Amino acid sequence: MVNDYEKVKAIVDRYGGKHDSVIAILQDVQSEYHYLPEHTLRAVASQLGLPLIQICGVATFFKAFSLKPRGEHTVTVCLGTACHVRGAPAVLDEVKRQLGIEPGNTTNDMRFTLETVNCLGACALGPIVVVDDEYHGQVSPRKVKKVLSKYKKTVRDRRHGEITVTS
Amino acid sequence: MERLRSPVELEQLRLKILSQRKPEKPCISICGGTGCHAYGCEDVAKAFKNEIKRQGLSKQVELKVTGCHGFCERGPLMVLHPQKIFYQRVSSDDVSEIIAETVVKGNIIDRLLYVDPVSGEKAQFEKDVPFYKIQQRLVFGNNGLIDPTNIEDYLATGGYSALSQALFNMQPEEIIEEIKKSDLRGRGGGGFPTGRKWESCRNAPSSDGIRYVICNADEGDPGAYMDRSLLEGNPHSVLEGMVIGAYAVGAHDGYVYVRLEYPLALKNLGIALSQAREYGFLGQNILGSGFDFDVKISRGGGAFICGESTALMASLEGRVGEPRPKHIHTTLQGLYGKPTNLNNVETWANVPLIINRGAYSYSQIGTDGSKGTKIFSLVGKINNTGLVEVPMGITLKEIIYDIGGGIPHGKKFKAIQTGGPSGGCLPESLIDLPVDFDRLTEVGSMMGSGGMIVMDEGTCMVDIARYFVKFLTEESCGKCVPCREGLDRMLDILTDITEGKGKEGDIELLEELGNLLKEASLCALGTTASNPVLSTIKYFRSEYEAHIREKRCPAGVCKALITFTIDEEKCTGCGVCLKECPQQAISGEKKKPHTIDQSKCIRCGLCRDSCKFDAIIVV
Repeated sequence: MVNDYEKVKAIVDRYGGKHDSVIAILQDVQSEYHYLPEHTLRAVASQLGLPLIQICGVATFFKAFSLKPRGEHTVTVCLGTACHVRGAPAVLDEVKRQLGIEPGNTTNDMRFTLETVNCLGACALGPIVVVDDEYHGQVSPRKVKKVLSKYKKTVRDRRHGEITVTS
Repeated sequence: MERLRSPVELEQLRLKILSQRKPEKPCISICGGTGCHAYGCEDVAKAFKNEIKRQGLSKQVELKVTGCHGFCERGPLMVLHPQKIFYQRVSSDDVSEIIAETVVKGNIIDRLLYVDPVSGEKAQFEKDVPFYKIQQRLVFGNNGLIDPTNIEDYLATGGYSALSQALFNMQPEEIIEEIKKSDLRGRGGGGFPTGRKWESCRNAPSSDGIRYVICNADEGDPGAYMDRSLLEGNPHSVLEGMVIGAYAVGAHDGYVYVRLEYPLALKNLGIALSQAREYGFLGQNILGSGFDFDVKISRGGGAFICGESTALMASLEGRVGEPRPKHIHTTLQGLYGKPTNLNNVETWANVPLIINRGAYSYSQIGTDGSKGTKIFSLVGKINNTGLVEVPMGITLKEIIYDIGGGIPHGKKFKAIQTGGPSGGCLPESLIDLPVDFDRLTEVGSMMGSGGMIVMDEGTCMVDIARYFVKFLTEESCGKCVPCREGLDRMLDILTDITEGKGKEGDIELLEELGNLLKEASLCALGTTASNPVLSTIKYFRSEYEAHIREKRCPAGVCKALITFTIDEEKCTGCGVCLKECPQQAISGEKKKPHTIDQSKCIRCGLCRDSCKFDAIIVV
């Protein structure tokens, strides 16, 4: 915890402790922890000298922030209009079915977090599913299993200490 | 690099850059926009780099990774200059052949050429591709010539000459007059006259003389990505516009508020900012004029409402992005309570163009109330997805058919949605409508930031209305009651209709709520939120009625109202769908037509996806 307090302090100092940098500070804290743990929000509040409610207000208002821990892989289904008319809702339904979770949640084994986004601006490839930084274009419900299996295997292999990833 | 201290030094540098460039030297320009990135253009660029080195051509051939070229449908794209030979769907495997055959010998590789699906003709050069033919790419056209991470590429195309002209040959009032005469209107959605906005900000009293300019790059409309492509591909054109604007209104500090989902735009803009500072286009004493101005980048937090000017400013101040009533305009009291001039990315990029061409020449393009060109993102059920820049006043038909190449898979055009979640859906009867700010508003839609989503007969208009209302319900900040509660109720009603629970009177209730939102909401998100609902009711009322009265979705989209069945004539009994079905709802003997047990079917569509014989019918 002491260590975390120092980590947060370094980030706050980077922005000169300015109140108008709350969003940027929280973005950097989130890149560090992949979500915003409660004690880091308290640390930001006390270091900026702002009430905790103001920090929590910002942290819960903007979509970029997560107050819950996130899984090893983030699966993002684009629900932009172009993807929608090309069948993204059916793709999302299939991803939900495969992972057994609703958007915004993480699987119990902490492997996958499911997110949706309102347009990635790569509409020619729609419907798009992005896993971590990898784009999968023209995804149909049928392709979902194949897209996800790649990342499931990576995790399993890692757990068993194997080096190669079978495709 | 020493900072440039005068217009003369700028022109000397430009001459030096141009003298070092050989226009006849082959240059491979690879589209590095986000769309092509997703197609894997990075691997293609890497392969070119290695191959050029391997064949010992590093000195003879130039390689450039540029911003978005626009024709996203056929990516990864490449253009070989100076001939402008156009290749599409290029993969790393094609690279050695392209170098050996086309670059070295000048032979065309047939399979990489674009074939027009309508005429069947092949296009060798970029200008012959129908997608580009009738476009007028004044703002967007340099994207294919510029490596956005190299300021010298921008200078080579005449960059920062408008800034030099503005700082040394024009008074701030003259610049404002020029922008007013050009009739430039804001490209972000509102369409407010830019020159008037600048004038109001310049004349606004400020006790300590502080004023701000802001570039709104929080492009949140789903299906619109022109601002991102400008920032990614030609960031200096936006910065140049901002410095001119800052000089005109008397600001010394500027912000670019960039949407979080645009990492490449953030990166390229960051590089552009440091190069502009290094060369003396930003910072103290710009080009030796005595004018100081600098720009900071601010990353958005992923809230659609922050595209609204007052919400954006609240967010810049580190607060929750809630809008406020605009009894007092932001040009009078904006960021930190100071006079603030906010324009959208594309608007800023138009400014250098107007200064360079002159307001008169600029205002010759377009219609009476809408001058210049507009970049649209043409997406959805369309053959040629991409970014198109056209003069205002072009018809929807020209955009959809001449540029967009029509609807894929021989399907029928149904509607085009313009203006993002604040816009409306226009039916086929309006296809000859000239596209400009006022015409689109007259028919119940709007220009918005320039998204154009094409829909075919397989799109359900009630579902689309529900889609936009759901989007806006999630993005409504919740500050004012009409928007917060009104959208919620509209979503309930629309959800009921799509689930077969609609009842008589629902359409009228939606209209009543929609008109109430228009009247009573606090900001533009709420006042325009009912456009998608009201426009679909206006033009596609019978579809609503089919859902409510007949419990039927004519487009075959709404899950609760459709059934999947198997066409016995077409089914070969191959068994693929049977294996694919996650519910074990399909049964049948091999080589005999299968059947679907409706009590088990969850309408996931896996069977339809997997059937090679189009035997799955959705009604």
